[in-house]
Amino acid sequence: MNNLLPLPVLLPLLGAGLALALNRRPRVQRVVAATALASVTTVAALLVWLTDAHGPIVLWVGNWPQPLGIALVADRLSALMLLVSSVVTLSVLLFSMGAPEAERRRETPISIFYPTFLVLSAGVSNAFLAGDLFNLFVGFEMLLFASYVLLTLGGTGERVRAGSTYVLVSLLSSTLFLVAIAAVYAATGTVNFAQLQGRLAELPPEVSLVLQLLLLTVFSIKAAVFPMSAWLPDSYPTAPAPVTAVFAGLLTKVGVYAIIRTQSVLFPDSPLTRLLMWAALITMVVGILGAIAQTEVKRMLSFTLVSHIGYMVFGVALATTAGYAGAIFYTAHHITIQTTLFLVLGLVEVRAGSTSLTKLGGLAALSPVLGILFFVPAMNLAGIPPFSGFIGKVGLLDAGVQHGGFLAYLLVGGGVVTSLLTLYAMAKVWNRAFWRPLQTEADELETVGVETVEQVAEQPAGTASRTSATEAASGDLEEEPGTTMQQDEGAEELSTGRRMPWPMVATTVVLVLVGVGITVVAGPLYGYSERAATDLLGGAAYVRAVLPEGVR
Amino acid sequence: MSPNLTLALVAGVLVAAGVYLVLERSLTRILVGVLLASNGVNVLFLVASGAAGGAPITGVTEPQDMSDPLPQAFVLTAIVITLAVTAFLLTLAYRSFQIAGNDEVSDDVEDSAIRRLALDDETSGSYEPDDEGHPDEEGQATGEQEGERVTADPESSDADPTGYEGETEQEPEPETPAETPKAPVAARAPGEPPPGYLTGARRTPEEDGS
Repeated sequence: MNNLLPLPVLLPLLGAGLALALNRRPRVQRVVAATALASVTTVAALLVWLTDAHGPIVLWVGNWPQPLGIALVADRLSALMLLVSSVVTLSVLLFSMGAPEAERRRETPISIFYPTFLVLSAGVSNAFLAGDLFNLFVGFEMLLFASYVLLTLGGTGERVRAGSTYVLVSLLSSTLFLVAIAAVYAATGTVNFAQLQGRLAELPPEVSLVLQLLLLTVFSIKAAVFPMSAWLPDSYPTAPAPVTAVFAGLLTKVGVYAIIRTQSVLFPDSPLTRLLMWAALITMVVGILGAIAQTEVKRMLSFTLVSHIGYMVFGVALATTAGYAGAIFYTAHHITIQTTLFLVLGLVEVRAGSTSLTKLGGLAALSPVLGILFFVPAMNLAGIPPFSGFIGKVGLLDAGVQHGGFLAYLLVGGGVVTSLLTLYAMAKVWNRAFWRPLQTEADELETVGVETVEQVAEQPAGTASRTSATEAASGDLEEEPGTTMQQDEGAEELSTGRRMPWPMVATTVVLVLVGVGITVVAGPLYGYSERAATDLLGGAAYVRAVLPEGVR
Repeated sequence: MSPNLTLALVAGVLVAAGVYLVLERSLTRILVGVLLASNGVNVLFLVASGAAGGAPITGVTEPQDMSDPLPQAFVLTAIVITLAVTAFLLTLAYRSFQIAGNDEVSDDVEDSAIRRLALDDETSGSYEPDDEGHPDEEGQATGEQEGERVTADPESSDADPTGYEGETEQEPEPETPAETPKAPVAARAPGEPPPGYLTGARRTPEEDGS
């Protein structure tokens, strides 16, 4: 049973090697990549079931005498994260496979893209399964290195610019992580989570606090918690759509996962509630205010991503079962939704040639399917009642109220305001990109301006003219690839008004349905999150599972 | 165990020099900074590993005389990762040099766009003019700006959405399309490729128009 544990790391790595070797046979390469990730998903689903039924699963790699060696651990939290992340990675992979040939050649050069993507997946899995700090570091490095390559795919000016900031920030955080590991090792003589729990508690409180703050700083940079979040909205939107989607869904969540682990397993007695609550509040508010100020939708979503990290940090800060449960549920929800939204934006890019609100318009008439595909996850993100975003937020706010105290109530208020402002941001996208008539470009007006204007003038301004004006304009768009991307230089060759390839649409539909499905299974999932949170808070289950009797 | 002061000082100096260099603009200097800092951290691991001893091989050294092998394994991993990162950063710097003629890390797009808007005293692209054509509290101001813009470049007025606005009587409407193309152009300024260089035909209409 515990031999399943290395598979989520090994399979993508083997797949990556195989894919790299097969770089002359794209079809086989794709099959290899998809098979590897599909198997990881299966294994992850199995692990979720196994951990829920039998408690944490531990594998000491190489079967060394027990406190030596490297431990891989899957408890309920890591199994759930593993499942959600593998579902998301698989969907994004299928999405990228569905892209039109020309775009695929440019945006996701096949010989590099699939192997790198698989390594990213392996890194994420490794980080979730790591049973010690150094293995966590290695997992981070794997996924970061893959992300450097994916972010700068194609090496255009914009991506090199964004990439250099991203690489440097990540390098800095990795260096800090190493400092933290050195300090932890110097203080305790181990890096194993389970052993650390006991040994860190015996340290003088000042030393332990320094270690905790070091680790929290490192993971906050990865998770983009304010004030360490400025790198994110600048670097993510420039990447190709599938890459941005998987980054937004997974990378910051690995940071959140590491924060949860640090707070629950390593330092269970020092919740730092006030500090983390302030960080959560400022992250939420600053992030969402940044989102409102954006016209480029990808950028806006990157800001909402930062903002919603605040919710998860809020849950962690409370250091109660309800708080952790809310944070875990919210993480699972947010991975899915944020990825879905970025994939939908990929479709928008294909369909309309831009993701800038100043250029988009009339999308709801142009493609009602796209409208629905955007609307459902957008409302889900904003937390409109039937959806999982609402359930997650209610869980967190409820945990906040249970905790009590001025700061907790302030955060409850902040959470509600953030949720409303998210709704506002999403409504803005909806109004401007989907509902208002297409704003024709200056150069397009030269050819079709007259008829568009006539049609607008004939009918009462506003909604009635939407369809006809859009039709006229879109007719033009199909003939003349005029509209282009603002941010993404790589996409400039995209002609506009093209049909969306069905595999991309189908993948997005599936992910939207998964997002809705989280609502359907919200009861069991929330129960699972609560059990995971109980495990975490107790901490004993983890230690008991990892370390044999007598080596604690 | 008492930590080795010399090693700690060396680590501190290396990291400090690294941090100083990382704050530079040029990617090459940053790279040197990263190298120094990571070597400083590697030295820190030596401090963490305690007193130096013999090679940790059973049969060669007595267990009590061995140095701790684990931190050395950490350092080895870290060195390998740093090597890969160095190669990647060098590539990035070279690519940046190819594209922009220098290897400087450029400003945040958002920062430069906002700075430009603030200097020109304009609203950002996310400011939503009233779609229905009712002048809001900003209506006067936008109207005036609009007038200026039309007189400033009358020859492009047919290509300008102003004509659109004139017929539909939506006063603030063209504010958005007329103004926003500037933002990305300004945002491109630092460290951005000269149009057409290496990117071939990938040019935006903004660049063509400006």
